Amino acid sequence: MGIAFKSRVTAPQLPSRPAYGDNRTGTHLPPRAGSLNGVIVPEQPGKNAIEVRGVRKVFGTGENQVAALDTVSVSIRENEFFTLLGPSGCGKTTLLRLIAGFDFPSAGEILLHGQDIAPLPPFKRPVNTVFQSYALFPHMTVAQNIGFGLEMLGKPKGEIEARVAQMLKLVKMEALKARRTSQISGGQQQRVALARALAPQPKVLLLDEPLSALDYKLRKEMQIELKRLQHETGITFIFVTHDQEEALTMSDRIAVMSAGKILQVGSPRDIYDRPAERFVADFIGETNFLAGTVVSKKPGVATVKFASNATITAGYPEGFHPSGDVTLVVRPEHADLVPDPAKGTITGTLSNIVYFGTDTHYHVKLDGGDENFIVRHQNSRSNPVIYETGAKVGIQFEEDAARVLKD
Amino acid sequence: MAEPRAIDIKDQPGFRSIAIICLLVLYVPVLILMIFSLNSGSLVTHWEGVTLGWYGSALLNEEFHNAARNTLIISVSATIISTICATLAAIGMTRVKPWRGLAAAFMVINLPLMVPEIITAVATLSFFALIAGTFGLNFGIGNLILAHTVFCIPFAYMPIRARLEDMDLTLEYAAADLYATPWNAFKRITLPLLVPGIMSGAALAFIVSFDDFTITQLVAGPGQTTLPLYIWNQIRRPMTPEINAISTILLLVSILFVSVSFLIARRRAK
Repeated sequence: MGIAFKSRVTAPQLPSRPAYGDNRTGTHLPPRAGSLNGVIVPEQPGKNAIEVRGVRKVFGTGENQVAALDTVSVSIRENEFFTLLGPSGCGKTTLLRLIAGFDFPSAGEILLHGQDIAPLPPFKRPVNTVFQSYALFPHMTVAQNIGFGLEMLGKPKGEIEARVAQMLKLVKMEALKARRTSQISGGQQQRVALARALAPQPKVLLLDEPLSALDYKLRKEMQIELKRLQHETGITFIFVTHDQEEALTMSDRIAVMSAGKILQVGSPRDIYDRPAERFVADFIGETNFLAGTVVSKKPGVATVKFASNATITAGYPEGFHPSGDVTLVVRPEHADLVPDPAKGTITGTLSNIVYFGTDTHYHVKLDGGDENFIVRHQNSRSNPVIYETGAKVGIQFEEDAARVLKD
Repeated sequence: MAEPRAIDIKDQPGFRSIAIICLLVLYVPVLILMIFSLNSGSLVTHWEGVTLGWYGSALLNEEFHNAARNTLIISVSATIISTICATLAAIGMTRVKPWRGLAAAFMVINLPLMVPEIITAVATLSFFALIAGTFGLNFGIGNLILAHTVFCIPFAYMPIRARLEDMDLTLEYAAADLYATPWNAFKRITLPLLVPGIMSGAALAFIVSFDDFTITQLVAGPGQTTLPLYIWNQIRRPMTPEINAISTILLLVSILFVSVSFLIARRRAK
């Protein structure tokens, strides 16, 4: 880490590709074992920045015990924008706090570049956090806030000043460096919080729902800004959010969490198109769920029969052995409406048509049961078919648009 | 129908007159005391003319000087010691994991506020008498400093604790996250943000010690006359406006302290 700091400060401009923290090239900045002001410097860089191994976190004692994290394991790669996504109370913030060091796991290991950091206090971990409330020091100026971490690391004054100037430029806050943090807007505070956490060049940057306090437009701006900062600094970002859209648009990979467990880890596309569990399909985007029974099975695909006696063959997630009652999921935009019921994979009656501007939702009550199915059509200047409620329609979808999941 | 919120107490019949009566009862005696400190006659009830002479004679009065010196020594010492104790206690009770006896500790610290002062005074007197009798120990003016420190602690403790509880704990997490050791985090973040609380705690402690009568009266030994005791002794003789002048000086000192502590609190809160 020591070397990394120096090389960064002598650099006249931030490199567009990371010089720091990017050990894939291995040509510069070999991390050395040791410590800087008591902050550990990981010995061997692996390709994983963070490895969480069998981590449990239990709050309370006796009968009041609650497992906030139930034996979670996940690897976060170097240089990755990784998102922990889940509803409130799913354990995502607890996991973040364990990585930051504000809490200690009840069991398990947290490896940073191969070294277990779980027992270390936060001030010995080369990991920095952007807090939901920003937590800027109100008695200091913007520049003093940004320099605080470097100061605590015992950096020389000149180096701190140069680095602070660099960070101010990076987040475009040069003009306001002498202001108190109470004299700047929410969006500006957000930038200062980012600069402050990035200034010590952490191995990993933790972001705890940092955009939730911003209004819609500013949030959109900051999403792009965060991606840019991650790209320019090459630091691994671990981002916590409950906003699925934010997760899909920003992340390299997403871990979907629920009730203290990680349900699925994958790219946004994986998570959206190939959900591993019903919860994942339900939490992210809109989905149609169809109840069915497995009638036959081949490697990778299963044939499912519905209440209406129609059958469809679709893929299923690895590690799942479909049999008996299952659920079939189909995204509304992956299905098509056809006027001739005979041409549909399944059939039903149009019960409702909802116009959304960019697209139209067709609610179909399926034959042979009381299940509902929603089909989403993108609107264009001239829609070829005008449907009317009460009409018998068919619903078509490709095999790979549907997925067989546990009931 | 107006919402309940819309009812303005100012519009209730009699509100204005009750408020005016309260203010008069509170401040008219003080005002009369201050006016008569400028009386050129030697009676505190019969107005003759304006003079600053009583202030002059008060400020030249040797006994007043001694009493003022004693008061300052005791108040300043008690303020410093009690504020330090209160700060440590407040940190120990808000920045640690909840421990058994936390509620009890809180009670013990605040007990002096609830015990009638005369009882504390008698207890303190017997305590010092016991120490003096058993071990032959007498700390002189230290007795008074000790007694004042004890009853000043809860007054200093309250604003400091309130400030600590208002403070965003995330700030301390942020400091630790940015490589500050617990001591550095305290020195650089917690303490500077706590200063307004400490200042108003100290100001309160000073005022309480400065004008304490009951405990001081019982515990004070010969030559340990404080300002309130001095005034009490003067009143038992034929009164002159000099006592009004001295009281006015005390009042102004108190007002000064309260205003300073208020202004500091307001400036910091911005």
